[in-house]
Amino acid sequence: MTLVYAGLTSHAPGMTGRAHMVENTNERDLLYAALDQQRQEIQDSGAEALIVVAAEHFANFFMDNMPAYCIGIGEYHVGPIEDPAWLKIEKTTIPGAPALAGAIAQEVLQSVDIAYAEEWKCDHGIMVPLHFLTPKYDLPIIPMNINCQGPPLTPLSRAWAFGEAVRRACDASSSKIALIGTGGISHWPATPDSGKINEAWDREFLDRLTRQDKAALLSYTDSETYQDAGQGGFEIRTHIAAAAAAGGPCHVQFYTANLPIFAVGCTVARFSVH
Amino acid sequence: MSLYQVQKLLYNLNRDEQCKEQYTNDKMTLLRSYDLTDDEREALSQGDIGLLYVMGVNGQILMHYAAFLGIEWFDYLELMRKGITEHGPVRAGVYAMTGGGRSFTKEREIS
Repeated sequence: MTLVYAGLTSHAPGMTGRAHMVENTNERDLLYAALDQQRQEIQDSGAEALIVVAAEHFANFFMDNMPAYCIGIGEYHVGPIEDPAWLKIEKTTIPGAPALAGAIAQEVLQSVDIAYAEEWKCDHGIMVPLHFLTPKYDLPIIPMNINCQGPPLTPLSRAWAFGEAVRRACDASSSKIALIGTGGISHWPATPDSGKINEAWDREFLDRLTRQDKAALLSYTDSETYQDAGQGGFEIRTHIAAAAAAGGPCHVQFYTANLPIFAVGCTVARFSVH
Repeated sequence: MSLYQVQKLLYNLNRDEQCKEQYTNDKMTLLRSYDLTDDEREALSQGDIGLLYVMGVNGQILMHYAAFLGIEWFDYLELMRKGITEHGPVRAGVYAMTGGGRSFTKEREIS
C-alpha cells in the first residue's frame, strides 16, 4: 500500500488574497492552524509526491477541448496564473514527478479514459492548497483535474471510478504518495452571491463522507446540487474522487461557514486509508 | 451572440503574458482577432464587468479578468449587481445571481 495519506482541503482565492479583510480573525486563524496540522501530517507520512485532485478554473483547459479528467505528467508546473498581488501568492515553479505521474496515468487508463498534459498552469485551485501544505514548493506535485466548471459534467459515479483507479495506480507504485482532494462544498463564487454558503447542505455532505456512504454520496443530481449548493457545488467531484481513493471514512478536522469573505465553507479533513 | 469567442479571448488573456501585453498596448488588434459582435467588442474594450457578467461569461473567467483590471473585490461584486440592474438577468451559463442582489459578506460593512 503506497497511498500514505489522503485528505481534503478547500480552496478559494480569498483564503490568501482577502485574509486581511477578515472580520472573524479567530476563525480564520483556526482554519490556518488546521491547514498547518494537515501540512505536518503530510510531511509525517513520508510522502515523496503529492497528488492534488483539483477543479481548475480555466488555467489549462477551455471549451475548445475540455477533458473530463486530466493528469499532469510534466517535469514542472507554474503558477499562479492570477495577479500575485491579488492572490497574495508569488509566481513560482513547482516540481512535477514525471516518471511516477506517467506510470499512474498509464495505470488509470486501464479503467478510466483520461487526458494527460506535460504542461500545467496552476490557478488558485491548486496554488492556495500548496501555499499552506507545501509552502516551500519542494514536494513533487502530480496535478489531476476534474472538470467541475459547467455542463456537460462527468457523472459522480465516474468521479468515484476515477478515484478508485488512482488508488489502484498508487498501490502499483513503490513510491510513497499523498493525495489531497480540493474543492468547495456549497458555494456561489464569482457571482454577486459570493459568500453565500448552505451550511446544512455542507454538513450533510460531510456526514455522508464520514459515514463512507457511497450510495448517498453519488445520489446527488447536478440540478439538485446547482439549486442547493450553487455552481461551486459541482466541485464535490474532487471530494468524491478522494473518498474513493482513500477507501476509508473521512474525519473532519475543521469546518466553518463563518468566513464568508473567503466565499466558501472551509474544510480540512483526513481519510483513513483502507 | 458569440459568447464562446468572448470567453476564449478572456481565457487567453487571463493565462498568457503576451496576450496581457497586447491587451494593454494594442487592445483593438487583439479584439479584432476574435469573432465578436459590436456590443461584445465594446464591452471588452471598456472592461465592462457588469455587461460581460450579464452576457454569461463564466464567473471564474470574469473574476480573473476583473483582478487583471485591478478592480477591488467589493467593487467587482457591485459591478455585477449593477450589470443586472442595467441589463437584466444573466443570459447564459451557470453563474446566475440567486440572492436578489444582497450581500452575503459581513466584511462589506467594515471594509
